[in-house]
Order: sequence, then C-alpha cells, then structure tokens
Amino acid sequence: MTDPIQPKPRRDFLIKSFVGAAGAATAALPLAAQAQAAASQAAPAAPAGADAAAAYEWLRPAEQVFVEGLVNHMCPADKHTPNGVDMGLNVYFDRALAGSWGQGDRLYLQGPFKQGSASQGYQLGMTPAALFRAGTEGLAAYCQATYKASFDALPPDAKEQLLKDLQAGKIALPNGVPAKTYFAQLLQMFYEAMFADPMYGGNRDKMAWKMIGYPGVNTTNKLNIVKFKNKPYRPQPLGIADLS
Amino acid sequence: MKKMNEVDVVLVGAGWTGGILGKELSETGMTVVCLERGGPQASADDFTVPRMRDELALGIRNGMMVNTNDQTETIRNDAKETALPYRRLGSYLIGTGVGGASTHWNGHTWRWTDDEFKIRSRYEEKYGKKYIPEDMTIQDWGLSYKELEKYYDKFEKVAGISGKAGNIKGKKISGGNIFEAPRTHEYPLPPVEQTLAGEMFEATAKKMGYHPFPRPTANASRAYTNPDGAKFGECQYCGHCERFGCESNAKGGAHMTVLPFAQKQKTFELRTNAWVTRVERDASGKKATGVTYVNLVNGEEVFQPAKMVVLTAYALNNVHLMLVSGIGQAYDPATGKGLIGKNYCYQTGASATLFFEDKLFHPYMSAGGTSTLIDDFHANWDFDRAPFGYIGGSIIGTVQYGGRPIQWHPAPGGTPAWGSQWKDETAKWYERAMNIAAAGSVMPNRGNYLDLDPTYRNRLGAPLMRMTFDYKDNERKISAHAAEIINKIAQAMNPAHLNKATPRNAWNATVYQSTHNTGGTIMGTNPSNSVTNKYGQVWDVDNLFIMGASLFPHNSAYNPTAPVGAIAYMAADIIKNVYVKNPGKLIDA
Repeated sequence: MTDPIQPKPRRDFLIKSFVGAAGAATAALPLAAQAQAAASQAAPAAPAGADAAAAYEWLRPAEQVFVEGLVNHMCPADKHTPNGVDMGLNVYFDRALAGSWGQGDRLYLQGPFKQGSASQGYQLGMTPAALFRAGTEGLAAYCQATYKASFDALPPDAKEQLLKDLQAGKIALPNGVPAKTYFAQLLQMFYEAMFADPMYGGNRDKMAWKMIGYPGVNTTNKLNIVKFKNKPYRPQPLGIADLS
Repeated sequence: MKKMNEVDVVLVGAGWTGGILGKELSETGMTVVCLERGGPQASADDFTVPRMRDELALGIRNGMMVNTNDQTETIRNDAKETALPYRRLGSYLIGTGVGGASTHWNGHTWRWTDDEFKIRSRYEEKYGKKYIPEDMTIQDWGLSYKELEKYYDKFEKVAGISGKAGNIKGKKISGGNIFEAPRTHEYPLPPVEQTLAGEMFEATAKKMGYHPFPRPTANASRAYTNPDGAKFGECQYCGHCERFGCESNAKGGAHMTVLPFAQKQKTFELRTNAWVTRVERDASGKKATGVTYVNLVNGEEVFQPAKMVVLTAYALNNVHLMLVSGIGQAYDPATGKGLIGKNYCYQTGASATLFFEDKLFHPYMSAGGTSTLIDDFHANWDFDRAPFGYIGGSIIGTVQYGGRPIQWHPAPGGTPAWGSQWKDETAKWYERAMNIAAAGSVMPNRGNYLDLDPTYRNRLGAPLMRMTFDYKDNERKISAHAAEIINKIAQAMNPAHLNKATPRNAWNATVYQSTHNTGGTIMGTNPSNSVTNKYGQVWDVDNLFIMGASLFPHNSAYNPTAPVGAIAYMAADIIKNVYVKNPGKLIDA
C-alpha cells in the first residue's frame, strides 16, 4: 500500500509564492517601476527574484497551503505554463478574497436567508471570503476524516476525485457549507486567476493570454479585423500596467 | 424637508430617455431638472484606457452596473415560491450613473415592426382567436409603425447607427434585412466589418434559403457627427463594448449625445446622486406635484415641485417607483385586476459553439454589434408559426462580442474544467471557435408580473420589487425551435466539434441572458387595459409620463432600444407642440 501522504517542505511553498507575488504586485508599484516593467516587456521575462516580498495579505497559513495545492493541481506545469503558484494564481486568490469583492462588495447580504431554488442563485449569508474560509475549513475536516491527510498532501488522483465530487455536490462538508456553492466559487476564481489582467496577481507575464492567443489590452483592431481574417496574429500581449 | 423652486418638468433618470426629453424640452425654454441616482460619468474621465480593458472589474464584477446593496429585486419562477433577493447580478445587468445603460450597451438597434404593435389583431387575423393561449395577455399597443418611422429615423441618426437597409420605402434590398419594416432612409453609417464567422454563417445560411444581413448597431463604422453636432470616433473593434464604456465615443450613448446638448441650455439642470423615492400627488390623486428625492451627497430629503413629472429610469425602476408611490392599482395575478406590474416580459434564446481545426476567428476583434444574422423566423410575417405553435420568434446568427477570456474560453463538450487537458483544449480552440446564437421574444403571461416584496428592503428602506417570472410554453417552443435551426445551420457548416444548442426551459437568475426587462407600466388603447397612452402619459394622472421599455405590452426578439428612443422623441414632440399649450389628456379614451 502506498502512502497517500506526500509531505512537501513548507519552505518550498514560500519560495514559489515569492515568484507569484512579483507579478502580482505590479499594480501597486511606483510609476518608475511600472515603466521598467513595460520596458522589459519586449525582452523575455527575467527570472523573478527571490527577494520579492511573499506577502499574503489575507489567507491564513493553512489556507495558503491549500490554495497553493489547489492551483498547482488545477494548473500543473506543462508545455503551456508553469504551475499555478509560478503563475501567481495563489496570489490572485489572496488579493481577491482580501479585496472589496471578497469582502462582499456588490453582494446584497440582508436577511432573512433561505436556501431557495437553483434558479434563485446565491442565497448564503456569507461574503465570498467567509464562504472560502468556512468551505476550506469544512474541506480540511473532511480530508482529515477521510484520508487522515490535508488536501495538499493527497496524490493527484485523489485530489482530482475530491474536486470532482465537490463540484457534483457528492460530498457533504462536515460543517454544513454547501459543497457545490463552495466549489463553484473556487473554480470561478481559478478562471479569473488565469485570465484576469496580471495586475490582480495571477496570469503572471500574461502566460495564460499567451497560451490561448489573447492580446490583452492590444485592442486597436480596425485594420487587423480585415488584415488578419483567418490568418495568424499573435502580438506580444500587453496588460493594464504596461499602458499605465 | 427641503423644498426647491418649481420647474416645468422633472425627469427621473439620466439615460437615453431622460437625455432625449431633457434636450428636446429644455431647448423650447421649459425649465427642466433631471435627477440621477448614480454619479456623474463622462467618457474623458470615466471611460479611459487602459482602465476600460479590465475584464475582471467591469466584465465579471460588473463595476459599471447598479450595486445590489443599493437596489435589487427579489426573484422567483412561480408565485407559489418565496421570492428571494437577486443578491448578485447575473441574468440581467442594470446600469447606473449619467448615461445609464447607454454607456455600456452593445448598441443593437432594431425598428420594431407594425406586427409587434398590432400583435393581437395580426395573430387573430392570421391564425384565429383560439391560437392565442388563454393565459397569454398580449394586446395591441395603440401605436403604429407609420407614426413612429420618422422618430426611429431621428434616433438612428442621433445614436449613429451602422447598418445596411433591407427595405427602403418598400423596395427590398439584398444584403440588408429584407424583413425589416420599410424605411425612409438608409442607415446613417455603413455596417461594421464582417467577421470570418459572419462570412461562414452567411454562406451557409444563404445556401439553406435564409436571408443573412449585418446587425444594425450603435458602433460607428466611420467617424461621424450626428445632426446635433455630437462627434463620434471610429470603432476600433476593441472587444470591450457591452459592460464597458467607450473611450473614443464610437458607441452612441446619451452621455455623449443628447445630455451634453441639454446641459448647454440654461433651463436644464442635471443633479446626480439624487435618488428619487416617490412621485407626489395632490389631494385628488389626479395630479402629480413633483418628486421627493434623497440627496445622497448630504443625506437630505428634498421635494422638487414640477408641473410635469416624467419617469425616465430603467424599465424596472420605473415600475418600482410607481408601486412605492402607490399610483394606480398593483396587478393581482389571481384576479387579473390591476395594471401596475402587469405584462412583465424578458427574452429567451439558445446558443451553440462550433469548433474548426483550420480557422482563426480572433474572437477579441469585435464591436458590440459584429454579428451576421437571419430574421427569417421573426420579423418575417410570412413564416408560418402554426406548425410550431408559438407567437413571436427569434433572430439567429453568429455574434462576436469580445472573446474576453475569463468569460469566453470555449472547449468541446466533455473537456475537463481544469488541469493539463483543459489547458490543451483551451489553448487549441480559443481562436478556432465561433458561436451561433438566438434571441427570442417573450409574450406576457398572467403568471409573470412585478409587485412589491413583503420582506426585503433596499438601502433607503423601501420594499424591493418582486419579480415573478418563468418561460412559459410559448417561450419554450420558441427556444426549442431556435435550437433546432441553430443546430441545422451549425451541422451544415461542418465543424470538427459542435457543442449543440439546447432549449432554455426555465429562467435561471445566475446566468447572463439579457437586460431587456420590459412591461409593468404598459401602454394601450384605454385606461382599462393600460397604464398609459401611446405617448407614455398616465391615463389617471395626466401630468405624469413614463418612458422606456416598461411601456412595452410584450417583448420582441429585437432589442428594445430603438422603440425606447423613438417613443421618447414622439412624446417630446407632442409635449412641445400640444401638451404645453393645453395641458391635459392627449387622448380621450
């Protein structure tokens, strides 16, 4: 019997999260640094320095480990991109949950709360950040009870099955958080982390845009729409920071 | 309560209709105050690049839309359910601020035909009275295409519509929409560029005997100056149209056309952050005396007296204001009595995704209206609905709206939702996928309506409006038929993979479908069947007018903006030329 637990040194996570944070912090950089970032656009990206701050703003340590395991599973290193942490996806999760969206902006949160039908949409009394926290606690308890291990320590097959079961609502989280709702938020955040502008922390070096051929804020296409009709067109993508 | 000086007209909401009436009435010297709940918005300050290329903030988190913490609705599919708050925007996205939804629409602009305005008569005449289901409350509007034509023309010129005519004074023109109602003039601008997907759809649709054409849209295909002197830039196909403001004023909107011209008049005043909470009336209840609003800047409650009140907010907000002001009788589905909230409609549809190994669509190169469509199953009155058993129809075609990748990263059905295989497929197909989609009409039904919610409140403590809505048999048949046509065309195009269209059966509030919410303060031929006459004048309170799609007794497959604009111009004309001289009922019925 193989041991399902594959312990990883914590330090490894931290070093990798430094890399993501370098891309993440672009929006907050002073103008001179942004200009430098824009200038470096033409050249291949330099390896991110290990001296960049690995600042998690909101995620607790156990949540950091979970998110890193989740994004590395959902976005493994392959011919398209580096793994999720090296893409900065974990940083996106942290910033999104810490920020106005995570804290409930544009979400009507007055009671009374009732479950409602699927057509009625989100009806929990929690902000996205609160849902993440409660759901992640529930999942951690479920993993301990079922596997005697945390999510990040599970082998890929077990992680895959667990995520699919969460998605299908086949798992009852012990603290009562609706698994489907919790997972739907994680999956939506994964797509946002991949494809949102790099200033939000994910999509480092526009790698997800390069993967699909999206040019970002290169959007003056009056001539291109005719010139490149059914012809290859892959400009170097630009992000918001590059034009700011 | 603070009381302002009386003005001739108070307008509630600064979108298309507030802008149109504000300009037209203030230019005659009438004193006009326009109250807008949201903040100021101007292209040069608010719609700047690169901020307007932020899909996450604007396309996903809906940064330009109303904040549900301010105001939302409660929703349910059926009156037997408990309505719950529409807590997070999904199915429809209501605008806010100066310009309203005209700042972030796609620009689709259709002239609704005479068949729409005479819907009951026309269907009864062709298919017999029994063809109309007993619970379908369609009715003639008391309006004709003929009287609206010059106002459609005016609105198209003001908003800078790009398109190709298919019927000028009865002469059918190939390449345009031959099913459109006869027009006096060509569109002010030529159509926007056609996409590769459009060319492919067009070739197949023609072979199948249909009549494809480019969508009419308020995306300026050339630099343009409208008759009032508003300057439009040339559309750059930036892929950030719907849900985004246009930095180059290439998308016609009230904020860069009518409103700035109204603001040039000394007799016009726009007050932002002014949230109207009530239409006030005198003791008789037959005359509006003005409106009460909260000045959000200092929290003060203000009474703005006016000789005339016009509700120019979004359709749902007009209905809400009528309900909270207690004007008219709220509709009761059990008895069918009452008119406020009656005939609430929406839109249906269906869509398929087609994948081609050897094509490159560049989905991000798009205007709001880069679409090639057929109208053979909608405005085409000769299309025999009897075998399908529905009223209305659908417009079908390929629509390229932006390819913004959080929202649009298609993969063939069965692809995992994450992992390396997901990346393989997403990388492979992003540029090689196109869609065929339908927008379908929705007919009013006795069980679909708007009223006040007994439980939930908005930020100012007023009851939320309650929306009871579902697609009924008629709409399910439209959607099923549209899906069938879409799949036939798609298969004839021979894609490597096809994610087939499936019918929409139940309304789900979580998935974006359309911001074409109509009805609730409908127009009609007399006070027993409608809230207003064809000019939007409230039958029982003749110095109160309502504009916008809340006037529509049913919803078309066409987008609502052209009749919204045209009816506003028609109302402005009669107010200026008839009503002002002799205030009172414009139609005796």
